[in-house]
Amino acid sequence: MSITSQQTARASASRATGGPPRTGRGRVRRLTKRDRIVLSVMVGIPTLIQLVFVWLPTVMSIGLSFTRWNGLDLNDIKAAGTDNYQFIAQDYPPFWPAMQHNLLWLVFLALVATPLGLLLAVLLDQNIRGSKIYQSIFFAPVMLSLALVGIIWQLFYQRDNGLLNFLLGTAGTPQAVDWFGDSSVNIWAAMVAATWRHAGYVMLLYLAGLKGVDPSLREAASIDGANAFQTFFSVVFPALRPVNIVIVVITIIESLRAFDVVYVINRGTNGLELLSALVIQNLVGEGQVIGVGSALAVVLLFISLVPIVFYLSRTFGKENKA
Amino acid sequence: MPASIDPFARPDRRTILKSLAIGAAGVAGIPLLAACTGGTGPGGGPAASSGLTFGSSASDEVPKNAYKAVTDAFEKKTGKKVATNVVPHNDFQNKINSYLQGSPDDTFTWFAGYRMQFYAGKGLLAPIDDVWEKIGGNYSDALKKASTGPDGKMYFVPNYNYPWGFFYRKSLWAEKGYEVPATFDALKTLSAKMKSDGLIPIGFADKDGWPAMGTFDYINMRLNGYQFHVDLCAHKESWDQKKVSDVFDTWKALLPFQDPGALGQTWQDAAKSLGSKKTGMYLLGSFVTQQFTDPAVLADIDFFPFPEIAVEGRDAVEAPIDGLLLSKKGGQNQAARDFMAFMGTAEAQNAYASVDASNIPTAKGADLSKFTPLNKKTADVIANAKHISQFFDRDALPAMANNVMIPALQSFIKDGTIDVKNLEAQAKALYAAQ
Repeated sequence: MSITSQQTARASASRATGGPPRTGRGRVRRLTKRDRIVLSVMVGIPTLIQLVFVWLPTVMSIGLSFTRWNGLDLNDIKAAGTDNYQFIAQDYPPFWPAMQHNLLWLVFLALVATPLGLLLAVLLDQNIRGSKIYQSIFFAPVMLSLALVGIIWQLFYQRDNGLLNFLLGTAGTPQAVDWFGDSSVNIWAAMVAATWRHAGYVMLLYLAGLKGVDPSLREAASIDGANAFQTFFSVVFPALRPVNIVIVVITIIESLRAFDVVYVINRGTNGLELLSALVIQNLVGEGQVIGVGSALAVVLLFISLVPIVFYLSRTFGKENKA
Repeated sequence: MPASIDPFARPDRRTILKSLAIGAAGVAGIPLLAACTGGTGPGGGPAASSGLTFGSSASDEVPKNAYKAVTDAFEKKTGKKVATNVVPHNDFQNKINSYLQGSPDDTFTWFAGYRMQFYAGKGLLAPIDDVWEKIGGNYSDALKKASTGPDGKMYFVPNYNYPWGFFYRKSLWAEKGYEVPATFDALKTLSAKMKSDGLIPIGFADKDGWPAMGTFDYINMRLNGYQFHVDLCAHKESWDQKKVSDVFDTWKALLPFQDPGALGQTWQDAAKSLGSKKTGMYLLGSFVTQQFTDPAVLADIDFFPFPEIAVEGRDAVEAPIDGLLLSKKGGQNQAARDFMAFMGTAEAQNAYASVDASNIPTAKGADLSKFTPLNKKTADVIANAKHISQFFDRDALPAMANNVMIPALQSFIKDGTIDVKNLEAQAKALYAAQ
């Protein structure tokens, strides 16, 4: 609820109870000069930050996506119409595989990683011994740095002396699975690694949600004779609805932002193309093609807007009604 | 039900807002990346008249100390101070655009080839013809050509280079009776023999994407000549022509002999299997020897140039040159010009090579007496070459090398197919953006 509507509500309340009469200028001034300064600073600074760091770059990116530019002199910027978009759709071979991989990533996170996180949360919510330790262990991957994640999964996936091939008994033989190099399996290997991080994140959010579920609900369910499954799926899970919406949005956003794991494997080439990796490839470093990179970023931005708008309209739409 | 939701609506909303903030920050990051990729870049102080600033991407221990030996020698000789800014080499390369436009150091380490000519053409470098008048005699024609900008002026002072070729273990070859192939057909015969002996004939690694360019470059130069390589890299020649598809057709005959695990390993991994005699030979730059820490193995490594295929025999050698450039700002600093001239002498290059002996000094008169027989051999190959190419990612537009060639070559390695029409379409779009 916004500040102004609260004020008017309070103002009308005080009028009804015979509060101080209106001043001559026709508006009730309840904020002192200092209050107003404090408020405008508090609202102004975040707005400014938002403008400078979010909206300005966004608008610039959209603008640049319709140009050709080598990134050197501003005079070198040339209008290119929709050439960059045509280029990525028709001539840029990694683009469509990247779209498919992002979609696959989303499906995998939604069907495997997120349910796994929920399962972990439910299990750890049972007051089992050492619950805190397990929580920390499962959440640890979320906090690890990029380089460390790379090293850890390298140990699992190496072709000649990695753990997985060792367990399969194929290490050192020609049948050894090349988890990173074989473009038909490496996306799955990467998604498993991503699940490892995502599940911990989801677990934490659900744990927080589960802590907030009124225990009397469960009591009531068990008095009514519901078993554990019924209690969870018919009573607790629906009560988690606000968290569920967040999780859905996070899962979608994570699948669009998916980047770190493929980047440490091979910078998102050879079967691991993802939109975010292509954006980086085209915008950062010597291989910079600003027009094409911006066009890719804009595509990613618009895809990301869909779940965000959906989410915002769900949350704020509901609040306005309440 | 609604009544029971109320008590815990608060913490939930907080969670929501928090995660929204996280999500929004993430999404906000995307356009941010698009519009400000530069960052500040490697910093550089203002030029002092009594000295100069030197931006160095030699961040690894050995080359860092090697450049320190050079600057120390210069300071001792002239009494002018050199302030060195060392930047990790990946950062240095990634930020070169903003570095050169911001406040670059007077001189800085860089590469010959298109990568130098591009910035020279944009007017971000200072020409150094006066320096070359002093040091010109120290260099071969091939090196002089490699140091020339698009306008015919001199821009670059070579320090060292390292050749690409086939490396192998002498003891393994002696044991099996293999002989150095002089022609491409002999190479194929040898490879077939190695395969039947249970070896991986040709070591190969392309997880990082760039090493495969070496094979492409050599087959291209041996089939179509050095000039075609240069023109193709500069996109003066079309990719959509028979000469280019011939390169891939020729390569296809070699593919079955190259390590099938190439896409999953780095050049260090492939070097390891050469060291352990699982691989018969390995086409790479001479930096491969850095991986052989056992002196016995290192002494057992030998080298031969890429065999001839059609034209020009083995006249061209792929030997990327590293050296120094003078920034536009540094052009006004005489001390910086003096330092450039110093780098072009045998004295400075000896100082460098005394610390970092894995590369070949480029100036005539540099002391090779302490070199290993292998280094002398590679130095000989370079000295006798009529043309020195710079490797695809240095001779071509970086975007062409990184964004187009890496995925194209990786898919070629995977299934032996290549779409030269698409390569040309991409090249057209990317070169037009420059």
